[in-house]
Amino acid sequence: MKKKGLTVTGKQRIAGWTFLTPASLLIFILSFYPMFQALMMSMKTGSSANMKWAPLLFNYKRMFADKLFMRSVGNTFLYLIIQVPIMLILAILLAQILNNKDIKFRGLFRTMVFLPCATSLVSYALIFKSLFATQGLMNSILMNLGIIKENINFLGTPGTAKAIIIIALLWRWTGYNMVFYLAGLQNIEYQVYEAAKIDGANGWQTFWKITVPLLKPTIIMTFIMSINGTLQLFDESVNLTSGGPANSTITMSHYIYNNSFGQGTANFGYASAMSFFVFILVAVLAFINLKVGDTRD
Amino acid sequence: MTKKHNTSAIQRRLIPSYIFLIFVSFISVFPFYWMISAATNTTVDVARGKITIGTHAAENFANLLANQDLWRTMGNSFFYAIVQTILCLFICSLAGYGFELYHDKGKDRLFAVLLLAMMVPQVATMIPLFRMISKMHLLNSVWAFILPSISTPFMIMMFRQNSRNFPVSIMEAARIDGLNEFKIFFSMYVPIMKSTYAAATVVTFMNAWNSYMWPKVVMNDNRAQTMPMLIANLASGYTTDYGMLMMGVLFCSVPTMIIFFVLQKSFAEGLTGAVK
Repeated sequence: MKKKGLTVTGKQRIAGWTFLTPASLLIFILSFYPMFQALMMSMKTGSSANMKWAPLLFNYKRMFADKLFMRSVGNTFLYLIIQVPIMLILAILLAQILNNKDIKFRGLFRTMVFLPCATSLVSYALIFKSLFATQGLMNSILMNLGIIKENINFLGTPGTAKAIIIIALLWRWTGYNMVFYLAGLQNIEYQVYEAAKIDGANGWQTFWKITVPLLKPTIIMTFIMSINGTLQLFDESVNLTSGGPANSTITMSHYIYNNSFGQGTANFGYASAMSFFVFILVAVLAFINLKVGDTRD
Repeated sequence: MTKKHNTSAIQRRLIPSYIFLIFVSFISVFPFYWMISAATNTTVDVARGKITIGTHAAENFANLLANQDLWRTMGNSFFYAIVQTILCLFICSLAGYGFELYHDKGKDRLFAVLLLAMMVPQVATMIPLFRMISKMHLLNSVWAFILPSISTPFMIMMFRQNSRNFPVSIMEAARIDGLNEFKIFFSMYVPIMKSTYAAATVVTFMNAWNSYMWPKVVMNDNRAQTMPMLIANLASGYTTDYGMLMMGVLFCSVPTMIIFFVLQKSFAEGLTGAVK
């Protein structure tokens, strides 16, 4: 009897392992192993077919001396520092307003704010590129309002090109983050807000004293996700500005792509070193996330 | 009477909120409207700032067909996205089920290791994966497109977390009835977890349809290209025909927008990974 029981649990244990083996193997072969290969390749030089071992840290030294790569790091961090905080504050504000049961047409507003998530990154990048073209809608609106005298080359000027990437990112991702906050707010008892209202708290006070503290876990999560996403920006840089003018808006991923699969270049070793740098940035952030996340329960 | 007065007072206090909401909603929706209007106008009218719906949709559509292999590309995108969705859901739900309902120390540890893959940026595995795929002579095939995305820590985690609501008593009853472990998965787990599957389908399909960097690396044959690649090509020339471009963007956006409107609830649940 006991023996039979053991074989049954044995069978179940084997079944359990069978269920998770395909997924686990795929992650090891298609994620961890390539990561290891990237590390090895980052120590080599030469293009795809014949790669040779390079002097120790050769590619990494080259990377830190590469002004263009450093510019792409700078650009990426600029987007990060300006765009992420604005987006998250806007998203929390919208979520708080849409969580208010007195607001009419809540479903309609939510759908509209969330709508940009339905576009692909390439689509919205091209829509913004067209809207802000020198012969585009934005220019004709500003002309008609008399704000500008002649058309501005928005995407051909470094400052405005960066600003437009940030505006486009805000447009695409604010609604996305709002959904996380709305889900988080649903876990907060609505009575807390009712009580605050009776105590005479205004919207501003409710926002900072109730919403923000109670959403802290969600805020940390969206913060990390946004940082992770921004560090890997690619589609916008490629399609909205082509990294230009004169590489003033290029992102890290875009520069790495150009070095590995761009026209006439296959610097796999060098590109791998740069991509490993991105990995370390992402990993450090994830580690901080785990540390911060630990204290929340 | 007093109640009515109360509600109008509340609504009056909410006026700033409404203004803010209307402003944000307008900005969110306007680019979509503009995409549609530009797709119906000539490039000259678009450049002139015309925002009303025009009469040149057929002309733009004809230009698009002459310029790009639209139907084949739409077919490619649907084919890749559907195959990826089916395989990803099967593999990841199986794993989520195994990790949660058969969990022991060893499996929990393995799960923690797999979660580390969330930290791996796409750009870092791109080059080794490209070499792997090209050595296997799979470039430009559906396998090249789907392989890196059919097992993701996010999906496994989503299925694992939602499996917590799966009643273990059903499994035990099924075992007494003599069902084997695989049959329990297919005949009990899959039907009960259908809302999780719906959310996972929406997210996986959208990600597959919209992916751009990886297809750009491995699908460089024109006949294998996807919709985001097609519209990026339309915009990369020296002069851009905005009417034609926006017609292409419209075709690239319609499938995901339909999914968005029809399955908005599943979409939101899938993004946050929180299905109940």
